[in-house]
Amino acid sequence: MKAIFAGLAALALASVATMAGAQDKKVHIAVSIPAADHGWTGGVVYHAERAKKTLEARYPGLKITVKTSPDGASQANALEDLTAQGIDALVTLPHNSDELTDPIRQVKEKGTFVTVVDRALSDRSIQDLYVAGNNPELGRVAGEYIKKELGGKGDVVVIRGLPIVIDEERQKGFDEGIKGSEIKVLDRQFGNWSRDDAFKVMQDYLAKYKKIDAVWCQDDDMAVGVLEAIQQAKRTDIKFVVGGAGMKDMIKRVADGDSMIPVDVLYPPAMIATAMELTAGNFYDQVPVRGSYILDATLVTKENAKEFYFPDSPF
Amino acid sequence: MNNITATQTARRPLSDIDLRAVAPFVALAALLVFGALINPNFLGLDNLTNVATRSAFIAIIAVGATFVISAGGLDLSVGSMAAFVAGTMILFLNSGAVSGDTGMIAAAMLMALATGALCGLANGLITTLGRIEPFIVTLGTMGIFRALTIYLAEGGSIAIKSQELRAAYRPIYFGDVLGVPIPVIVILAVGIIGAFIFYRTRFGRHVTAVGSNEDVARYSGISVNRVRTLTYVIQGLCVAIAVLVYVPRLGAATPTTGLLWELQAITAVVIGGTALRGGVGRIWGTICGALILEVVGNIMVLSDLVSEYLIGAVQGAIIIIAMLIQRSLGRR
Repeated sequence: MKAIFAGLAALALASVATMAGAQDKKVHIAVSIPAADHGWTGGVVYHAERAKKTLEARYPGLKITVKTSPDGASQANALEDLTAQGIDALVTLPHNSDELTDPIRQVKEKGTFVTVVDRALSDRSIQDLYVAGNNPELGRVAGEYIKKELGGKGDVVVIRGLPIVIDEERQKGFDEGIKGSEIKVLDRQFGNWSRDDAFKVMQDYLAKYKKIDAVWCQDDDMAVGVLEAIQQAKRTDIKFVVGGAGMKDMIKRVADGDSMIPVDVLYPPAMIATAMELTAGNFYDQVPVRGSYILDATLVTKENAKEFYFPDSPF
Repeated sequence: MNNITATQTARRPLSDIDLRAVAPFVALAALLVFGALINPNFLGLDNLTNVATRSAFIAIIAVGATFVISAGGLDLSVGSMAAFVAGTMILFLNSGAVSGDTGMIAAAMLMALATGALCGLANGLITTLGRIEPFIVTLGTMGIFRALTIYLAEGGSIAIKSQELRAAYRPIYFGDVLGVPIPVIVILAVGIIGAFIFYRTRFGRHVTAVGSNEDVARYSGISVNRVRTLTYVIQGLCVAIAVLVYVPRLGAATPTTGLLWELQAITAVVIGGTALRGGVGRIWGTICGALILEVVGNIMVLSDLVSEYLIGAVQGAIIIIAMLIQRSLGRR
């Protein structure tokens, strides 16, 4: 570790020495992301704002504009407005890949550096840099954990998010994770990544099925509603709930050894910050960044939970 | 409208009963039978109390909406307002301004009611004094309340911090009196008070008068603006009461709190037999409408008939069919 730090310090010194003028280079990066419509996107907005502050402090010539949009159509408009201001790079988390591929292509045609986060475009040649979590892996890791913990046999209920590609990929990954076992998926319903809807769906599952061994709800926000419904019904047959994303409350439960939330699967909203860092690096540090940067769907357990706990984050 | 109608409506002979007023209850009964046929667990006591309890938020808000809509207005901001009131209430609970859990919760409840009433007053005054269409005003405040909530939450969620406080408040949603869940009692109380104001007071008659014909109401000496504004204040109070029941459930306000509640509330009001153009209001029909919405959703999850992708379509169809049944009963 020390060696790495020393190396970094040397690198930093070197870059300060050789590129003192480069730090003042004027660069305008636009960040276009969905509005905070649920916990995870809330985390994205928080980390985008935080990264804006740190990056602007590090590179005095850098200007970052963060713009949130409530839906795909208004995001397309926002992209036009941002381009009109004259931007050097665009970091975007598109609402919907299909819908926004063409608007982003138009930005690209003006010679802008394009970084796409989380949701890949239909035409991948547009994006210079792609930063994302691993959706199929998030499902697979959860599925394998459930398979292992239940000893390859049991009844599981699934709560899905919204009917979009991400959710579809997670479901496929999950099915792959439990393949070859006698795990039976009793039901799959949409909970819209909302605590309230997940609470309702879970109440209905509990009324419908007399025995449930585990719940996979792929999202920590929904896990909150699920736990509340189980507690209300005073059911003891459910052994545990597996969420996902890495919300601080759930990470804390994992760290505290809560038996209902033994693990969490990482899909961090802070990936927007990773994307912004790399994009800024492209302009100021002359480091090659083009390509795909896929974050792991790490299984958070009691042992490593501390690494992923951010008490100050809103998510 | 003269003063004998008030006392006479309650004691009409059976043959005089307005079938349109009964229709929502018939539709609900039909749905209950349908649900029982689909899954025997549906009629389980646990499931039915769950559904009735869950319908509390929309039912209570929709009672307020019945006043607004009967007076010829519309409030699209109720969902966002619920999130805003819930957010500020929880922030107040977290501030620890009052010592003692019970005192703290009581103070927070009063604060929430005041916030709700003020939000409603703002809607009412902008609509009446500003002479702007309520659709536009409340569309604007819908955005404002939602954004303020997200701002207060810094994009995340606002949760009750103290576990003791959360435990002390929890029974308001999960508790019961003689087996009847507290939220259901709250629905009944709001229904009784709402029905009393609507059917038995001068203000209630003014509401329908304003809704059926504004000019005639004005010439009859009714202060149209005052009546309209008051309906929005009642709506705000109802939103706050719904929040009092909502907060103890999950102990948090999130960006998805109250999402699309305005549409559900308006749907409940219309299913219940209130005219969207104003002039006719049915408080108990509205509550029945809210129950219907929740029962439909419940049946969808309990049945294995429909793919999870098609649930929305079936829900929509059931609501339209319920309205058609109601219409055909009304014509007879």
